[in-house]
Amino acid sequence: MTRHSAALGNTLPGSGRQGRPLGSAPAPLLRRIVLQGKYETITMLRNGEQLILAIVLPLLAMVGLTVMPLLDGFGASRINVAVPGILALCAMSTAFTGQGISTGFDRRYGVLRFLSTTPLGRTGLIAGKILAVLAVLALQVLVVTAVALVLGWQPDPLGWAPGLALLVLGAAAFTALGLLVAGTVRPEATLAITNLLWILLGALGGIVIPAERLPALLQAIVHLLPSGALGQALREAFLAGSVSPGPVLVLLLWTAIAGGAATRWFKWN
Amino acid sequence: MVRSPESPVLSISGLVKDVGPLPTLDGKMLRVVSGLSLVAEPGQVTALLGANGAGKTTTIECAQGLQKRTHGSISLLGEDPDTAGAALRARVGVMLQDGGLPPSARPIPLLKHIAGMYADPWPVGELIERLGIDSFSRTSVRRLSGGQKQRLALAAALVGNPEVLFLDEPSAGLDPQSRQLVFELISELRNRGMGIILTTHLMDDAQRLADYVYIIDAGRNVAEGTVAQLLQHPLPPDAGEQHIRTLLFETEPGLDFTGVLPDGVDVTEARAGSYAATGALTAADLAAITAWWAARGIMPRSLSLEARSLEDVFLDISGREIR
Repeated sequence: MTRHSAALGNTLPGSGRQGRPLGSAPAPLLRRIVLQGKYETITMLRNGEQLILAIVLPLLAMVGLTVMPLLDGFGASRINVAVPGILALCAMSTAFTGQGISTGFDRRYGVLRFLSTTPLGRTGLIAGKILAVLAVLALQVLVVTAVALVLGWQPDPLGWAPGLALLVLGAAAFTALGLLVAGTVRPEATLAITNLLWILLGALGGIVIPAERLPALLQAIVHLLPSGALGQALREAFLAGSVSPGPVLVLLLWTAIAGGAATRWFKWN
Repeated sequence: MVRSPESPVLSISGLVKDVGPLPTLDGKMLRVVSGLSLVAEPGQVTALLGANGAGKTTTIECAQGLQKRTHGSISLLGEDPDTAGAALRARVGVMLQDGGLPPSARPIPLLKHIAGMYADPWPVGELIERLGIDSFSRTSVRRLSGGQKQRLALAAALVGNPEVLFLDEPSAGLDPQSRQLVFELISELRNRGMGIILTTHLMDDAQRLADYVYIIDAGRNVAEGTVAQLLQHPLPPDAGEQHIRTLLFETEPGLDFTGVLPDGVDVTEARAGSYAATGALTAADLAAITAWWAARGIMPRSLSLEARSLEDVFLDISGREIR
């Protein structure tokens, strides 16, 4: 018996696609990644909870740190010490907690699996997420900087170039960690872990409050945490215009280890 | 069996897929697909028919590159799906069983977004019209009904105007109107030359849509053929030579047919006055029962004779016990 194709001469009536062959080429790689980045950025910005975490809470923390004496003695003014830490907190909010939670639920709902069957693919999907994290982070930096300048922030002008580069490095480390959590546990657990760590690292991880102000027991480990390293590095950059290799190395190691672990253990379904 | 000379869209040979290690199996691997082979042609609907857990979804996910196979070979449009890139993915449309659409998305922006991944997509407006998405275009995915979600997932799978379309349980959750719409579209796409591979546990889907059916059980091929061929499938040894048929009729309740029909024919009265006589019925048996009615002045309100359904074939092959 023969299974013969009925492909000849048939068209889809009323569709306007008569005679057009099946199949398409993919859009160029860069276009696919930019589209996915744009889509994820809009999705993040439309999500109320994520906006609170990304913008509202860091701004509240910044105001809080200028009225309380927690940061006295580290710089010329409270706001000068507070803002670099708040920028670090923004990177953690978006790259770790926000991105982790959305990836976790995308995985649950099969969104990652579906998109990985389109021309976007797994690599494009990850690249799009990184792009979205950077876009939201850029927006956070603009908002925080604007409010901070109004509150009297006077950053070292030499701090901007290393500061922005460090923010990108910090975002890379936290994105890798967020993907590692989102790709290995249930989304409810991702939600709990990333929110809890945001609070713990935010308060005690050396991100907004320098390690020296924390209990002695914590000080040693805080320097090795991505939060402590990013907070310290950004404070050095914006307070003194300098970069020391220690925190940079810590951030690079976290990025490499978490990125490798996420590549190895990320479960797509 | 003679195959068409045209190259198939999908060819799977000796597919084996182990999953695990599973704690429920003392840390051993579970073989969910063991040596499965199939071929899907362009311009045809190829159905993988089997019970839940038979390995249908695993098989097509290996073909889509979503799962890595343990052994065997897969050729999708001439390429290995595990190593293929964006060029192959652009020619293949996938509708997952769980939809895979972000719950917060709205239908039209989502379709436009996916269309952007292709150089020459199917115009989104046409798909929206064709699948009746207009009526719920302002509703987020999480608030859509099952049928609306399936229609949107089908549109998302078609937006690249694919040469091969995978549909995992396409009629799940569809209301009768959506089902009609989706089935008509699938038939038209087949006629345009699309190679369509669908999984289903519903005999009716396979009977209505499929040009060729592979019956899958416990990760293996157990039978294959056109629906017509499968209906001719040899009966189990205890069923004898003749084909099983069912005579359905409605008349007065409480009749006793003992001695009218031969011993092998089983008569049941499902509802009062509604009878089903199942067995290797012959023309002589029909003559006997109508003569018996005539002698007693009984005229049935309805009368029909049904051959075996695909469901009977399926149950004969894969066993009637519940697993």
